[in-house]
Amino acid sequence: MSLTRDDVLDIARLARLAITPAEMPGLSDSLPKILTFVEQLSAAQTADVEPMAHPLDGQSQRLRSDTVSETDAHERYQQNAARVEASLYLVPKVIE
Amino acid sequence: MHTLTLAGISAGIKARRFSSVEVTQHFLGRIERLNPALNAFITVTADQALAQAAAADQVVAAGKGGPLTGVPIAHKDIFCTDGVLTTCASKMLSNFVSPYDATVVRKLKEAGVVMLGKTNMDEFAMGSSNETSWYGPVKNPWDLSRVPGGSSGGSAAAVAARIAPAATGTDTGGSIRQPAALTALTGIKPTYGRVSRYGMIAYASSLDQGGVLTLNAEDAALLLGAMSGFDERDSTSVDLAVPDYTATLNQPLKGIKVGILKEFFGKGLEATTESLVRDALEVYERLGATLVEVSLPNLPLSVPTYYVVAPAECSSNLSRFDGVRFGYSCAEPKDLLDLYTRSRGEGFGAEVKRRIMTGTYVLSAGYYDAYYIKAQKVRQLISDDFKRAFAQVDLLVGPTAPTTAFELGAKVDDPITMYLNDIYTIGANLAGLPAMSIPCGFVEGLPVGLQLIGPHFAEAKLLNAAHQYQQQTEWHRRIPAGYA
Repeated sequence: MSLTRDDVLDIARLARLAITPAEMPGLSDSLPKILTFVEQLSAAQTADVEPMAHPLDGQSQRLRSDTVSETDAHERYQQNAARVEASLYLVPKVIE
Repeated sequence: MHTLTLAGISAGIKARRFSSVEVTQHFLGRIERLNPALNAFITVTADQALAQAAAADQVVAAGKGGPLTGVPIAHKDIFCTDGVLTTCASKMLSNFVSPYDATVVRKLKEAGVVMLGKTNMDEFAMGSSNETSWYGPVKNPWDLSRVPGGSSGGSAAAVAARIAPAATGTDTGGSIRQPAALTALTGIKPTYGRVSRYGMIAYASSLDQGGVLTLNAEDAALLLGAMSGFDERDSTSVDLAVPDYTATLNQPLKGIKVGILKEFFGKGLEATTESLVRDALEVYERLGATLVEVSLPNLPLSVPTYYVVAPAECSSNLSRFDGVRFGYSCAEPKDLLDLYTRSRGEGFGAEVKRRIMTGTYVLSAGYYDAYYIKAQKVRQLISDDFKRAFAQVDLLVGPTAPTTAFELGAKVDDPITMYLNDIYTIGANLAGLPAMSIPCGFVEGLPVGLQLIGPHFAEAKLLNAAHQYQQQTEWHRRIPAGYA
């Protein structure tokens, strides 16, 4: 298992992570090692096995009634945001 | 006062030998004096703690309150705490003041528990040595040149150093049990779904579970009971009554069947650790247990299974950190993509990035079946192995960690070696089983942990077995030099 520099950059792009040149050697070295390590799973006999969906047998996602359960606290929540104006989160212009 | 257990502190407050304010002040004083060398706390909430303690004293004065009223503890900094900095030991959340309480925090507040502060941890709980924290590594009070284990390393160091009488933790692959083992504490991770994950910052949602690090099994029973139970705000929370874990601690173990996990005694286990674990098995035999060797043939695949499933879930969970709504946001973003990628690139540390990228890769088109689906199938095989074992035995027993605490920096450059620290603990997470670690001896002054694993919802039996062992042994009473 090996990854080229472009492979690493492609994974970083999919993960929305900016990678600095200083970080490249560490990632190029460790990611293939991890992927090689997990490849030992391919030896396991799993032909008739269903992938595990939940740690507990017979559990399914609960449903709840579609009613309002939260009160408006947007001002409080937005105190943690870097850029807010008129109760709106600001991001760089998306449409020219 | 600081060597008392939670139960001891509770009894002292109830008998008016001391007040909650006095106990809280005592621990805050110890934190101020001893924490700088340990780095166990990220935030100390002294004012809030003293206000909570004063309120608890009023409740006690009115003849009210329960067994945890006025008792101080620390919370791992992965639990959201209303109005208090909640960092997950990441630069990404270094400015995050939580607007609400995690269910665990709320329940303990309602039980009258006083919060001393928030403990250090591996960044986003990704690590086994507490060296990935943006706030710097935590030191092991048994030897300050060694790691306390991770990811709940701050909680472990704080309790072991008696600067907090107990602490919460979380365990995704061993993050309560391994640090408990490396610091001579009692640590329990309950069954998946037993403790609410609401407000517990997510790493790998199908594996994460909250629990406690305490001085003994009795305290673990007390604290775990108060934080367990159904929560409609966690969709995987299980609606099942919580038994009084303290009520069954004294049940005799006569006739109990204990499985010795064959796969846990192979190569990689230090001989000195193995010998102490075997001594502990003899204690169980004297207590009336029957020992049976049990084999779980797929268990050796638990670490590679985990390092597909956990990074996959982490890459999805951590996509919420985008520099927009909360957390670190980069300066002067050029455009939206630049805002996302630079906020994440600058806000996350190396190990977190490595796991996000591993997860992104195993979930990407063309690799999903070969890695992720394959791992979920092997996870099923491991879970089935445990099921077969529990048809024969009541509990499984083995070591918690392959070695005692290692030197700071010894494994940071080699992720695979670091990942193998959790070789004995990950299986329980993959199968959603309750598991705990209790002290079973020392090698050259460093603690060794014994791991007990039970079937789903067997917390009471685990705590009973741990308590009975602790009635026969003194290991859990030892205090590191300089902290007595």
